[in-house]
Amino acid sequence: MDKPKPLSKQASKPKKFGVLAEYDSAAAIFKACEKVRDAGYKRWDSYTPFPVHNLDKAMGLKPSVLPFIVFACGMTGAACGLLLQWWSSTIAYPLIVAGKPLFSFQANVPVTFELGILFSAFGAVFGMLGLNKLPQLHHPLFNVARFTRVTDDRFFIAIEASDPKYDLDKTRKLLEATDAVAVEEVDD
Amino acid sequence: MSAHHKHVSDIEDKQIQIDKASLWAKLPMIGVVLAVIGFAVGYFAPSPGGVFAEDEHLWHAKQWTAYLNAFMFVMSLGFGGLIFVIIQHLVRANWSIVVRRIAENAMFTLPFIALGGLPLLMGDTGQNVFEWMHVEEMLHDPMLKAKAAYLNKEAFGVRFGSYLVLWGGLSFLFWKWSRAQDNAKTTEEAEALSYKQRFLAPIGLVIFGLSMTFGAFDFMMSLDPHWFSTIFGVYYFAGIAVSFHAFLAIVCFFLQRSGKLQGVVTPEHYHDLGKFMFGFTVFWTYIGFSQYFLIWYANIPEETDWFQYRAHGQWLTLSIAVILGRFVLPFFLLLRRSWKRNPNYLVWMAFFVVGMQFVDMFWLIQPPFAHHAASAADKAGAVEVATYFQNSITLTGADVGYFVGFLGVFLALFGWSLVTSKLVPIQDPRLEESLNHENF
Repeated sequence: MDKPKPLSKQASKPKKFGVLAEYDSAAAIFKACEKVRDAGYKRWDSYTPFPVHNLDKAMGLKPSVLPFIVFACGMTGAACGLLLQWWSSTIAYPLIVAGKPLFSFQANVPVTFELGILFSAFGAVFGMLGLNKLPQLHHPLFNVARFTRVTDDRFFIAIEASDPKYDLDKTRKLLEATDAVAVEEVDD
Repeated sequence: MSAHHKHVSDIEDKQIQIDKASLWAKLPMIGVVLAVIGFAVGYFAPSPGGVFAEDEHLWHAKQWTAYLNAFMFVMSLGFGGLIFVIIQHLVRANWSIVVRRIAENAMFTLPFIALGGLPLLMGDTGQNVFEWMHVEEMLHDPMLKAKAAYLNKEAFGVRFGSYLVLWGGLSFLFWKWSRAQDNAKTTEEAEALSYKQRFLAPIGLVIFGLSMTFGAFDFMMSLDPHWFSTIFGVYYFAGIAVSFHAFLAIVCFFLQRSGKLQGVVTPEHYHDLGKFMFGFTVFWTYIGFSQYFLIWYANIPEETDWFQYRAHGQWLTLSIAVILGRFVLPFFLLLRRSWKRNPNYLVWMAFFVVGMQFVDMFWLIQPPFAHHAASAADKAGAVEVATYFQNSITLTGADVGYFVGFLGVFLALFGWSLVTSKLVPIQDPRLEESLNHENF
């Protein structure tokens, strides 16, 4: 969290989030994404009102690491489930039920399975939120009035100022050359 | 938004037609040769001696067990073809249209292979494998006497006859309509044929579900007539489903190796086949474990017996191999998306999965034979023979012969159907959607 800055300083030199470009069709943003990708930008994103097929390829996105998180969580869950049952049935409450051994793997399969599933689901949901840096209370793009149409009929690309290749003029020119309807700088 | 949208008109004829000179075109002949050799080896295989040396009946029982084993394995490919076609029409699936014709060719074999059940109904042959066909002994057993209304040869004959009619009827209709569509003159005609198949699908699903379940009861569950499991048909179905998607992946892979279906079947389709292999692997485990779990918990002697004689010596090793090969290995080895999308990798897994279907059938069908042999030897006081059958798996020339024989029949029929039609239903109105199918 940034510390609150003196009002006067903030007013004199506002920090910039990056540059935002607006497009009026899925085809336009698709081509624009390919250009931004080929220009070598890393910290940027596209915003569309609906999933645009193959846009991830046009953006050059690598496969998510989420599956590994889910797998690790699932295996941990299964191990925890088994351990919990082993401990409770042999150490904490060693009761003989239906003449079965204190610990028999058969009786423990359902709970082991269910905890594997439960932890996988946690891994998937919270891992997804974490990787997307969600939840966020506010996003600088909401400072831009035209950005509200992202949930309706407009498509946007935002290249962030933190990108190592970011240069206001060059980045702006790049986006202007991609059939953008409008390009503007966004305050942080 | 993909870079290149494919059209049905782009598909060249040579991509979907088997070359006359290729090995594929000889598949029917190869199948016939394999069938003749296989059945001859299976039928005339000499008794291996040892525990079989003094008992001709025991050897015949083993031979017919091997026959039934190979029969049920190859039947699962035919069943797989039928249920695959039914489900794809039922849910109006787009992705699968490019591989559906291959499934239809497999479905075509079903009624012919089902005829392989006929010898078990003729004369006293069935007595070699079905304990309940020994009527005299059966009527002395109160448990079996109670089941006599179902487990008798006449009722079995009626059921078997209706299976032939139902499986034959369904396979023939789907097969005929799909082939007729290839020659449809107008789009309306093609649409009408698609509609007919969609109309039959839900009816076919109910017929398939019931007849396949009772078929599994009759041919496999009744091998141990004291035992019963209401989930048994679903267990057989789970094996059918997982191995049939694997079978499709194998056929697609080798057709593409010979230059067919280029750009028609894509990694997207392999990915989906892989997903179904993975999904039904988990489904098989769920069903298999549910069956075992309830019996283990309830601990009722006539139910636990079925697992008991699968838990000795080599049979125990086999039981563990089934768990590893049907669940643990395929589960972890089909987990990654990139693996399922790589045909070179997937085809190995597919071979393994189909191979495990045979092992699973072996595990279902052969232990009752060994169990009966052991009990009979025990009664006769032949302790060594009883111990042998309790602990040992017997693999003989009959097992190999009948396996090759039934596989030969399957290849001959499948190959004939493959060669005499196009490799994809080229006039299916939604073929283009399947060509351009992509997984998100």
